[in-house]
Amino acid sequence: MTRYFSEDHEWIEVEGDLGTVGITDYAQGQLGDITFVEVPAEGASVSKGDSVSVVDSVKAASDVYTPVSGTIAAVNEALADQPELVNTEAETGGWLFRVTLSDAAELGTLMDEAAYKSYVDSL
Amino acid sequence: MSEYPVSDDDLVEEIVTLTLPLDAWHREKGSRMVEFAGYWMPVQYEGIMAEHLWTRESAGLFDVSHMGQVYISSEHGVTAEVEAAVEAALPIDLGTLKLGAPRYSLLLDEDGGILDDLMVTRWATGFYLVVNGATKWDDIGTLRELLPDDVTLNHLDESALLALQGPKAFAALERHVEGETPLSELKFMKGAAFKLGGVDAWISRSGYTGEDGFEIAIPGESAAMVADLLCGEPEVKPIGLGARDSLRLEAGLPLYGHDLSPETSVIDADLKFAVNKRRRTEGGFPGSDRVLKDFAEGTARKRIGLIVEGRMAAREGAKVFNGGQEVGVVTSGGFSPSLQQPIAMAYVDTALTAEGTALTIEMRGKQLPAKVAAMPFVPHRYHR
Repeated sequence: MTRYFSEDHEWIEVEGDLGTVGITDYAQGQLGDITFVEVPAEGASVSKGDSVSVVDSVKAASDVYTPVSGTIAAVNEALADQPELVNTEAETGGWLFRVTLSDAAELGTLMDEAAYKSYVDSL
Repeated sequence: MSEYPVSDDDLVEEIVTLTLPLDAWHREKGSRMVEFAGYWMPVQYEGIMAEHLWTRESAGLFDVSHMGQVYISSEHGVTAEVEAAVEAALPIDLGTLKLGAPRYSLLLDEDGGILDDLMVTRWATGFYLVVNGATKWDDIGTLRELLPDDVTLNHLDESALLALQGPKAFAALERHVEGETPLSELKFMKGAAFKLGGVDAWISRSGYTGEDGFEIAIPGESAAMVADLLCGEPEVKPIGLGARDSLRLEAGLPLYGHDLSPETSVIDADLKFAVNKRRRTEGGFPGSDRVLKDFAEGTARKRIGLIVEGRMAAREGAKVFNGGQEVGVVTSGGFSPSLQQPIAMAYVDTALTAEGTALTIEMRGKQLPAKVAAMPFVPHRYHR
């Protein structure tokens, strides 16, 4: 399994043609206490860069962009009652949605963990 | 084509964001700083939710030094002329304003539109006003135009302003004040002079959170010392602008620039109490024709509270619907940490403002069910 990162602070963990997507720990820290998460509809077709999810914090709402194109395979149902999982387990249990990739080549445009860490340090 | 730059853009001065007396203090405490009202200000330290809940349970210290502190007087102190001049500028009845007492008032334009909301306090020698930070320069200009030449207006720009709010604010503050008036004698909307940590302080029992608390004016150069003194008490933590906003929203208190603007006036903003009784018949302040008319006839829309179903917050600008009909707009909204649900303020057609009225708010293509709710959303706990 390989994990990739976007400049918009999404992570995607890929196994075969299935990717699990969430926001990074850095992003959840920037957002503050998360109060609501809007997830995409299962079965929806999405294109890389589309806003497919919205994360509400006390003061503002933030778009989450899908780092890859494909079809939404699953959403994290636990977030309905526990949106705060995105704060406490951003890179594990606080995942947002799963997507069946339509074009694995898109992963080539994303960063690996080391590159993302350098990127965050530069902000 | 000219070689030399000639556009207006090239002549615009760089707008510099200013710093408050406590700037270094905030940063040293690990705050996240944002630009607000022309200053770098702390939006949060630990986190908005934690700071909000701490204030309701214990005591929070807020830096509100960005606000405008203004002193109106004359060569001969508070004369009949000074009183008349202040009454000509604001819909206030100074005859009922006792020494030391602050009172909420409004600065209106000629059409009755709200230019700012503010506090006016009677001091022995003049009137002490606190106005909003983002509007203070315009307010000072407006007031200077309204006041006659021999009524002086001084901008107290060397003064810092802190707010200590919460059920344990009194206990924490009492350990550090001395004065002719015991702090315990201050009830809600009363003020007096004290020594705080040995420096001169004007303290009123007032605030913007709905909790018991104090607003404290001190010399700017003493701000860090006083902030350390108060935050040294176990009950007190520093609180940022983020929680200040969520606290005032729960308290049903309007925010200028969002819930109040020149497009709103007294009656539609639901601020009747800000026009003192005598002025409602006498008028004699900017915009009084329109205001008196609104008192008599009512207004088409009114500011109300809404509690939103679900967990998605409604935000400023969201449209309010009654079935298929657009009937209003949200002017403030967010997630209430104390109630754990989204709340909002909106201006809605007056016919639909009865408590419990079911409406919807359009957010991101969805219609969120909401109900008109009485404000404050969280009961006030003023020390009366």
